Amino acid sequence: MNHEDVKNGVVEILVDLTGSDEVRDNLDLDLFDTGLLDSMGTVQLLLELQSQFGIDVPVSEFVRDEWSTPNKIIAKVESM
Amino acid sequence: MLNLQPYENPMYFVYLLIGLIPVIIGLFNGKRFRWYESLFSLVFIILIFDADKWPQGQALIAYVLYNTLLVWGYTRYRTKPDSPNKGWVFTLAVILGVAPLTIVKFTPLLSKNPSILGFLGISYLTFKVVGMIMETRDGSIKEFNLIKFWQFLLFFPTISSGPIDRYRRFISDYDTVPDREKYTELFSKAVHYLMLGFFYKFILGYLFGTIMYPYMQHLALVAGQHTFLHLSWGLVGVMYSYSGYLFFDFAGYSLFAVAISYFMGIETPMNFNQPFKAYNIKDFWNRWHMTLSFWFRDYIYMRFVFFMMKHKVVKSRVATAAIGYFLLFGIMGVWHGETWFYIVYGLFHAVLINLTDMWIRFKKKHKGMFPSNKFTYYFSVFLTFNTVCFSFLIFSGFLDRLWFH
Repeated sequence: MNHEDVKNGVVEILVDLTGSDEVRDNLDLDLFDTGLLDSMGTVQLLLELQSQFGIDVPVSEFVRDEWSTPNKIIAKVESM
Repeated sequence: MLNLQPYENPMYFVYLLIGLIPVIIGLFNGKRFRWYESLFSLVFIILIFDADKWPQGQALIAYVLYNTLLVWGYTRYRTKPDSPNKGWVFTLAVILGVAPLTIVKFTPLLSKNPSILGFLGISYLTFKVVGMIMETRDGSIKEFNLIKFWQFLLFFPTISSGPIDRYRRFISDYDTVPDREKYTELFSKAVHYLMLGFFYKFILGYLFGTIMYPYMQHLALVAGQHTFLHLSWGLVGVMYSYSGYLFFDFAGYSLFAVAISYFMGIETPMNFNQPFKAYNIKDFWNRWHMTLSFWFRDYIYMRFVFFMMKHKVVKSRVATAAIGYFLLFGIMGVWHGETWFYIVYGLFHAVLINLTDMWIRFKKKHKGMFPSNKFTYYFSVFLTFNTVCFSFLIFSGFLDRLWFH
């Protein structure tokens, strides 16, 4: 998958999950600090990434700091 | 024989710092004297569990051998080529990991004497073991190393009450040597934490816990003799003095544990981040006893919710989250003890966090209906602080004394 596809895919998932368009406009937005994502949201995100991108992220591998912004999430997906 | 419980009095730190001199000199010069660090830890652990505490020492030895076998065994099963990696084996490993702690916690219900399996720190060691089993299951930990396992499990500064570290984070610190700039930073932070810890534990904790709290308890018992529910202003005093004691005593201990870890070149995570500034319960649990909160969040809540959502056990995500929170806080409550007030404490926080989620959802749906400014912010902090203090009143067990004795 190319970068654009990954980026759009991740952003759409996040918009859906958070119910906010902010994530589209600001890809460096801290999702946890702003309360847009919490633990439940994280689980849903991981499940969506699994079904849409086929990547498997076990809960142990999830370190909040590394996944806290849309850009970080895009980077993670691309690295898998 | 000499027995020294960790961090009990200022003299203990003198012994620690003298013992740490070779470690500090080594790290300043880019060297880790691992054999000395192990010896140092071993000596101080022996000092915790010797003399009249020797039965606990024996329990600790048995516990370590049992868990060495368990973690080694599960790691071998999970990492062998083409491992079937069955769910039931993982579940069994977790149950076996939690078993000693469960037995120790439930023995008081069945017998007058505490369990012979118990020892100072058993909870915290259990968290470390169970965390490792889960990370092995996930494939994050890929091999078993006996020395590293023992170093992690028996890391002396945090052995009695945490903070709870995680295997890979700990080992990455242990396997490396910080450069001089980094170690200087750690060293100065450690000194600062030690001094702050002294102030918290030996001064503020003492003031709140040994002076104010007993005084307020007496007031509350006397003033509440014939009032409705034995309520009185004394009880309010009990609430605040106990809350102050709980925070400063435990935050002080945590600072000691982190400081000594830093001297040894290990960046044990902090436990507290200005918890009384929290603006709601969720924020509170991101600031209070953080290593415990995150352990429960990552190893209980998230795994449970992940399982439920993946297998679509419950339709509504809201209901799944709610059940998850009750599981998390229910276990946290009972873990403190099977007395009614610990259980109520857990359930109370479960209800609070579910209400908080409901409120957040409600506000999202009615955007613009609620003002958000300095006043609403300070009000939220005020409300959260008092609600948390009330939960600590329950936790203290004083109501048990007031109402039933």
